[in-house]
Amino acid sequence: MSAVKALLRKELRLELRTFEAIPAMTLFSIITFVVFHFALQQDTVEGSLASGVLWVTLLFASMLGTNRLFVADTEDGAMDGLLLAPIDRTALYVAKAIAFLTFLTALEIVAVPAFYLLLLGPAAGDAIPGLLAILALANLGIAAAGTLVAGLATQTRSRDLLVPLLGLPLLLPVIIAASKATAPLFAAGGAEALPGRWLAVLGLYDLVFGLLALAVFDFLLED
Amino acid sequence: MYGKGLRPLAIVTCVVLTGAFALAFFYAPMDADQGLMQKIFYVHVPMAIVSLLGFVLGAVFAIQHLRTGDRRHDLRSYVAIHLSLILGVGVLVTGSIWARAAWGHWFVWDEPTLVSFLIVFLLYCCYQPLRFAIEDPDRQARYASVFAITAGAFVPLNFLAVRLAQQYAHPRVLGSSDALPPKMRLAFLVSLLGMALLYTTLYRFEMTAKNTRLRVHSLKRRLGGDVVLGRSAAPR
Amino acid sequence: MRQTPSKAVPAIELHGLERRYGDRPALAGVTLTVQAGETLVVLGPNGAGKSTLLRVLATLLRPHGGTASVLGHALPKEAWAARKRIGYVGHDSMLYRDLSGRENLLLHARLHRVDEPEARVAEVLEAVGMSKRAGDTVHTYSRGMVQRTAVARAVLHDPEVLLLDEPRANLDPGASELVAPLLAGRTRVITSHDPSDADTADVVLGLKAGRPHPLEGLYA
Repeated sequence: MSAVKALLRKELRLELRTFEAIPAMTLFSIITFVVFHFALQQDTVEGSLASGVLWVTLLFASMLGTNRLFVADTEDGAMDGLLLAPIDRTALYVAKAIAFLTFLTALEIVAVPAFYLLLLGPAAGDAIPGLLAILALANLGIAAAGTLVAGLATQTRSRDLLVPLLGLPLLLPVIIAASKATAPLFAAGGAEALPGRWLAVLGLYDLVFGLLALAVFDFLLED
Repeated sequence: MYGKGLRPLAIVTCVVLTGAFALAFFYAPMDADQGLMQKIFYVHVPMAIVSLLGFVLGAVFAIQHLRTGDRRHDLRSYVAIHLSLILGVGVLVTGSIWARAAWGHWFVWDEPTLVSFLIVFLLYCCYQPLRFAIEDPDRQARYASVFAITAGAFVPLNFLAVRLAQQYAHPRVLGSSDALPPKMRLAFLVSLLGMALLYTTLYRFEMTAKNTRLRVHSLKRRLGGDVVLGRSAAPR
Repeated sequence: MRQTPSKAVPAIELHGLERRYGDRPALAGVTLTVQAGETLVVLGPNGAGKSTLLRVLATLLRPHGGTASVLGHALPKEAWAARKRIGYVGHDSMLYRDLSGRENLLLHARLHRVDEPEARVAEVLEAVGMSKRAGDTVHTYSRGMVQRTAVARAVLHDPEVLLLDEPRANLDPGASELVAPLLAGRTRVITSHDPSDADTADVVLGLKAGRPHPLEGLYA
């Protein structure tokens, strides 16, 4: 536990100092919204189209973040330094995943209001509680799977290619569930009920991938 | 030893597969709606089932590899996934032909199983590039096993999510194998057996070939020769 | 009951240690014993496996064959326990460039569960002469400063065994002198290119192509 805290502190401090991940992801999302505006030739979007635009953008932004997750650790043998410590190596995964979760939350604090302002048609104020629930569950899934993929791809030669190639299919259930759940919230006539079934799918995904990653991540670190 | 029993196995496979095709064409009745094209079902579905089972098998071997550190499990995992991928191409091709014949499009998003399969296939396509991108053979094997296990866990989640997301606009023959009339069911089951045998035979062939090659390398090395190996995605 | 004189647990004990890279042997047949407080010097040409041996002892690599134990802890089974008592300085600094020297050391102190981490870190920084620059990010340090900080990191948890990969190459003479008191009193394993280093050693191992080799003809 204290190892996770110490490592998490390091992650957050490094991000605050170098701004590797959050600004890139945030700027990317906003620019993508603009691109969608022109590509779809719509001033506003609603319903399942709105849901799709939001989730595709968040997905690709998170792939950008995933790419950078382990970069600092591979320089100067910093990871070796961590491996020399008498700690449970799963702590490395947990700390990294929590850090990524924090970055995603920071991203969404900017990106979602930007989406509301730039593209969303219906005044979906009452969609917010539901949306928060979906974002929370989806973020857990993206953090769990994304950290695992980052761990797999980081020390390979074609990291930038492999991260999206591995990450996008693995995250597809999250996107399916999240976008299906969000679509009724952005309905033209005002937010409709949130389909609970999709929250269950997200929860299941989070559980399965979280446990799987915890079990398997150690093997990526040992030599 | 892998070399033993290959020939009888291959012969049995050929016999069963021929039998399956014969049953499919001559014994099972013609489908009222789709006509002759429906016969693809007898190839497409068994191939898909065997392919998916092969991916799960790959995950099982990967777990064994990580647990015991024995590289032979990694080789088995690799071959299992590799063959499933090849069968997967067959699945997608036959699926497309069937979709075209039945519904006029080469790919239909309404068919959840086909869509799920495409996603799984795309994911496993990354297996060999991942291996190829790692030079250290031990690390390559370990990372590949981690991937095989993750992807294996992903398969059921994916099918669940896609199935929930689809609306069944077309009558689906795939899910209704219990509702098949007995003649069709027999042809289907024999075909499934044939596909499983085909997979097993190819698996054995490939394992034998790989094991032999590894033996040759190690003998060469022991004789003091230089064995220059390029980068490879296959276990060494 | 027969009384056997108590035998001190050797600091390092290797029997037929093996480590492969794919099919190639990186280390083979390494057998030696180092008692507590002794210095082992490992000599050999480039690619002989010196760094690999050190990394196995540091628990960063697992043995593929033979047995290895450090301070009575068998590797790799008891690697976790061994890590508390081993310090390692490799070719890489193992420091995060964008954190300050102090932040790096605090992180390691906490991970190693050092008592009163801030005080200990301050003490070690003083000992390597880095107190003034400890608040600056590592990426502003000169090579010598980085090396001194790396040594500081390795001795934070007061390890009984210190593993140093080519310290001469990595530490300039001034830094070496400064750092020497920190290294004293521990069991040390040092790799080197320079055969004259063998003079100060208690145990010497010559390595060539991963195998033990007598010192004559080592560099032939």
